[in-house]
Order: sequence, then structure tokens, then C-alpha cells
Amino acid sequence: MEINAENMLFDQLNAAVKASNDKKIIIKNVLGQRYIGSGAENKEIVIYGVAGNALGAYLSNTDIKVYGNAQDATGDTMNSGSITVYGHAGDTIGYAMRGGTVMVEGDAGFRVGIHMKEYGKHIPKIIVGGKTGDFLGEYQAGGIILVLGIGYENECPVGAFCATGQYGGKIYIRTRHMPRDLPPQVDVKTNADKSEILPLIKEYCSCFGADFNSLSKDEYMLLTPSTSNIYKRLYCNRSM
Amino acid sequence: MAINYLQPDYEVVRNNDRCIRCRVCERQCANEVHFFDEKRNQMLADETKCVNCHRCVTLCPTRALKIVKTDHCFKPSANYTESIIKDIYAQADTGGVLLSSMGTPKEYPVYWDKMLINASQVTNPSIDPLREPMETRTYLGKKCEDVSYDKTGKLMIRHYPGLQLETPIMFSAMSYGSISKNAHECLARAAEELGIYYNTGEGGLNEDFYKYGKNTIVQVASGRFGVHERYLNAGAAIEIKIGQGAKPGIGGHLPGAKIGADVAKTRMIPEGSDAISPAPHHDIYSIEDLRQLVFSLKEATDYKKPVIVKIAAVHNIAAIASGIARSGADIIAIDGFRGGTGAAPTRIRDNVGIPIELALASVDERLREEGIRSNVSVVAGGSVRSSADVVKAIALGADAVYIATPALLALGCHLCRSCHTGKCNWGIATQKPELYKRLNPEIGYKRLVNLVTAWTHEIKEMMGGMGINSIEALRGNRLMLRGIGLTQKELDILGIKHAGE
Repeated sequence: MEINAENMLFDQLNAAVKASNDKKIIIKNVLGQRYIGSGAENKEIVIYGVAGNALGAYLSNTDIKVYGNAQDATGDTMNSGSITVYGHAGDTIGYAMRGGTVMVEGDAGFRVGIHMKEYGKHIPKIIVGGKTGDFLGEYQAGGIILVLGIGYENECPVGAFCATGQYGGKIYIRTRHMPRDLPPQVDVKTNADKSEILPLIKEYCSCFGADFNSLSKDEYMLLTPSTSNIYKRLYCNRSM
Repeated sequence: MAINYLQPDYEVVRNNDRCIRCRVCERQCANEVHFFDEKRNQMLADETKCVNCHRCVTLCPTRALKIVKTDHCFKPSANYTESIIKDIYAQADTGGVLLSSMGTPKEYPVYWDKMLINASQVTNPSIDPLREPMETRTYLGKKCEDVSYDKTGKLMIRHYPGLQLETPIMFSAMSYGSISKNAHECLARAAEELGIYYNTGEGGLNEDFYKYGKNTIVQVASGRFGVHERYLNAGAAIEIKIGQGAKPGIGGHLPGAKIGADVAKTRMIPEGSDAISPAPHHDIYSIEDLRQLVFSLKEATDYKKPVIVKIAAVHNIAAIASGIARSGADIIAIDGFRGGTGAAPTRIRDNVGIPIELALASVDERLREEGIRSNVSVVAGGSVRSSADVVKAIALGADAVYIATPALLALGCHLCRSCHTGKCNWGIATQKPELYKRLNPEIGYKRLVNLVTAWTHEIKEMMGGMGINSIEALRGNRLMLRGIGLTQKELDILGIKHAGE
């Protein structure tokens, strides 16, 4: 099914998407309509234009492709499936996601992967081709964030306060430059083992046509939390 | 070794003539206060560990035990009180933030107790609820405001998604993790039998409890634990937790020690990992952002579920509530600062926020002034302790109330305020199997049903006395309240007259 989103409000557009029994839905002329694919299950959604906030929130088993940019909160609390953005993405992408993959060809904004978590086999992944803003992986509790930093080889491709409050999961960054203002509870490993991320790099390259050979040869920095109980020592347990 | 300056708060008094050395007290105490001295053939107690939860007292078969407040004292001072001194010692020992549970024990004014309810005499006769129908059924959600007719003259009413309560009382949010699975089962089953709702709190919904979905409110907090499409659609309503009365501006830290296999599965996080819900939702910085979360939840549930926004009662509550009423939310839940908690920093619990009575009155007033009262229902919580408090809350403008501490008391809680230790001897605020099995859901849920049924009957009696036969007619009916011993300012905020006026 194909929908022309021109002059459609978000609720009209999303009602049209929901009303369709087709597995594959193509939406053209999208101009910032919010919540596309929110709560969607077992669909394939292709978007041309700029997808609005909360694209694919609470997503399950659905693949979304955006030919254009995505705004904030892409993949909010996403459960499974994939969101692929052939462009840039805004802030808080992958907020509290616990499964599936969000892949951004270009740059992403602040607080990417905040509260990202994992459970058992549900290990979410966020791959950003370019750079990210401040607070990458804030409160991260699980999953893998990979920042390739393509085009930002001479600087650290993540903003300040990366991994603040991180207590689980892993952040890989293709860089030799130390991120600014790292919090004390984070362990940094330079030139980290890549076996876990090679399939992700490959996936990125096959989607966006980047050079796997050169990306896979480079050095990656790995950030992990030193403890999963970051507040244990904060409290005094006297009953009052 | 450093000297421990902290002396026990309580003394375990054992009547050795009555004690039969059965050692029940020893087995029942998870804090390991009691122990048996073989040589002396006598039970002894380490009072430093006692939290005064009465488990041993209650189960002692010969009534040989009592716990008393120690009369060991510091030199009395009205300024540097015993508790202040002990807090300082504890912090000097540990360097830690003081942690507390349940509602504040401090002596703040309880406005419920400074309001009196009206009754009819001679004119507008009172109603006998045993003989005449009294309506306690309540609907929560946005109400249709404008009247329009179709071509045939038939009234067209737009229905918004809402909740139907058989009595205006709901069990407020307590997460699986902060309280036990058995405690949740009690709440869920009681809600089902009573035709009301319980609230999952922010810890997700255990698979075994999906069957109570039509009496469940599912909560979404900043950590989004256990939130997914099926969870959102499982309940009758979705609550966005912005704040909690006992700890406004503070998030939740469930320690890894409480995250066993089942809690981990429900929250969908690894076992033993902390579960951190920071105070802010990091995608909400404005009413517009809140609106975005409200609508992403509505989109994910096809606009079939009402969305509740729960906030702590704080200084600018009326303006905040006005914003929420315009955000697309259907229900605002306001939690007063005397409300309970499974764990909160003591200084926050005891010093931050405002009483629910004042918050409720000012919110109801503001929403009316702005003509948006019917956009939302208002649920009041945070120390609603009795049916009289319920009646007063509704007369001040609440559509329904949230209760939690009374529900826990019904389940056997003795308000020892030690939930954060995870060693609840009553099987409520614990994840230890040997402890939570002490709470029998079969008995527990009936006690909750008893409590709410009793309150409902008392509400009917009080309404009948006023000559009112429905909650609808009581709501916001502030003429039914009079203040006692309140200043003019307090009366103005509550919107009531003084007794005698």
C-alpha cells in the first residue's frame, strides 16, 4: 500500500497506516508527522521525507526505512525490529529500547541510547555512521551502541558526558580520541576487540555502501561500566 | 574498631515466665534480633537490629514479647532532637544519603483532620443508605462538554476512553520489585472483585497477572521498565509517572539485591543489576513534550485507553496541572507529600512537596477557573487514611482517590518504615521467597476487599447524612466542609468556610 502523506495530520496518517492490512506500507511526502509506526507489529514501513518525533515507538517485529532524516525519540522503548535512517536523526533515539536495531547513516543528536537496556536474548543495537551529541548512552543499562564517526576522523565523534550513569551495556566508538568529560564509573578500553561489532559494521556498510575493509581495520574504543550497582555506596540504611 | 554511637531505638521486653523457648521469634525475624542461648536456656535479643515490626510480638504463642521505645535518652533538646543527633551519627559513620520508607513521620499539619463534614438536620433530610440506593460508581476520564443534536433531534454524545469504578478508591502504584509478587496478587484480585483498579507501578507486569488486565493500570516511568506494546495494551489505562509525593523531583533506584530472576524477567533487565528510574523523563522538558509521550502511548494503543499523568504535589501544582489538562491526558493523579514510598532519601521525604489537601483544592479551583475541569478527572493520593479522608477529598474536588499505605496495612504492614532494607517480615516489601510466602494472597485479597467494602459503606453513611446520594453530587461540593482551627489563608486555599460560619 502507498500513502501520500501530503497535508495529512499525524493522526490521519497513522490511522491510514493502521487501517491497512498490507504488510508493506510506503509513505511518501512525509513532513514531520509524529508517531509513525508507534506500537506497530509485523509490518514493513518505508518512509520518504522527514519522519517526525517518536518514529517507531514501542515497535515490535517491524522494519522501518526512512529515506530522509528522522526527528527526536526515534525507536522510543522499541522492542524488536529495525529502523534504518538514510540521513540524520535527532535527540534521544533508542530511548529505553530493549531489542532490535536502529541504524543512522549520518549524525545523531543528544542522549542517543539513553536508558537502553537488555534482557536475555534481547540485546538492542544502535549504529550511528557519523557523530553524536552530548550524553551518549546516558543511564545505559544494556545493549550495544556503535558510533562509526565517518568523516570525523580528526576529533572524537561523540559529545561531552558520554556514558554518564552507564551501568550496563557497551559503547564502541571508532576513534583514537578520548571523549570529553567521561564519568569516573566508566572503564575505557582503547583498540578493543572487534569480534562483536564486525557484523554491525558489515550491516552498516551493506545498507549505506560504506567501505567495510577500511572501517573494520580501524581502532575502536570500548566504554563499559565498572559496576552494575552504581548507587550501592550512596546510601545509609538506617530505618527512620 | 570505631565506637558505634548509635544505641537501639527499641527494647525487646521478654517475659521469661511466659517464654517457652519455642524459638518462633528467632525463626520469624529476618533482621536476626532473637537468638537462643543454650547455656542459659534462654532467648536473648540483639536490639540494634530491631525495626519494631511486631512480627515476633504477633506470632509469640504465649504473648511473652513486647517492643517498647527505649527510655534511654539524650539530654533533651527541642532543637537537636534525638532523631537529628542519630541521623548525624549515622551519616558520619557511613558518608551515605539517609534512606527511609513509607510516609513522613514528621509532625506536619494533616488538613483532613482540620476539616469537618456537614450533615442534614430538619431540612434536606438525610438518606438511609441501608434503605435507599446510594451511587458510588464513578467514571474517570475526559467528559463530553458540548451538547449537540443530530438531524432527528437525538442527543449526540462523544465518548472518551475512561475508567469505571464501583467505588471512588483505587490502589496506587507500587512496583513489582518494591513489593512482592504475593502482595501484587492480593491487590489485583481485590481490584477485580471490587470493580476498581490497581496499579503496576513502574516495574512491568508479571506474566501471571495479565489476566487481571481489565482492573489494571499499567505505569510508564522514566526507566520504562517492562514497557512494551503488549504491556501497554494489557491494562485498562496507562499512567505516566512524572513524580511521587514522597519524593518529588527524585527518581527510583531499585537496588540490584532486589532484582531476582522473576523481577528481572518482568522488568526485562539482567538479574542483580540496579534498576534506575531517574527523576526526569529525558524526553520531557515541557508540556508539549509531555503531550508527545501521551500521544505516542495513545497511538500505540489505538486511542482506546485513558492516559493518566501522575505528579507530586509541589508549589506550583495548579499551573502544572493546568498544563497537563491541556496535554491530552485524561486523568491527573496528584500525590501529596505525606504519601508513602518503598525507599526515598529521608531529607526529601520529610521536607519536599506540599500536602495533598491544599494541592487538590488549588488544582480543582484552577481547572474550574480556566474552564478545563472536564478535560480531565483528578485523582488524589498521598495519605488518604480513612473513608472520612475520601469524603473530604471528593468534596474538595477529587473524582477518586488513590490509596496504598492503608492497603499495605490491610495486608499486615506494621509501618516499621524499613521497606528499603528488603527484609520485610510481613512478606510485603521483600523479594525473599522465605519471607514473601508468609503473605497468603487468598487471605490478603479478602482483607483488602473487606477494607474497601467497609470504607464504601462508611462513605455512603456520610453521604446519606449530608442528604447526598451520589459521588457525583459530592464532588467539589465544598459547602459540605468546614475548617476547624485553620487560618483565613488556609481556608481560602481550601475554598471552605470555618466551622460556625
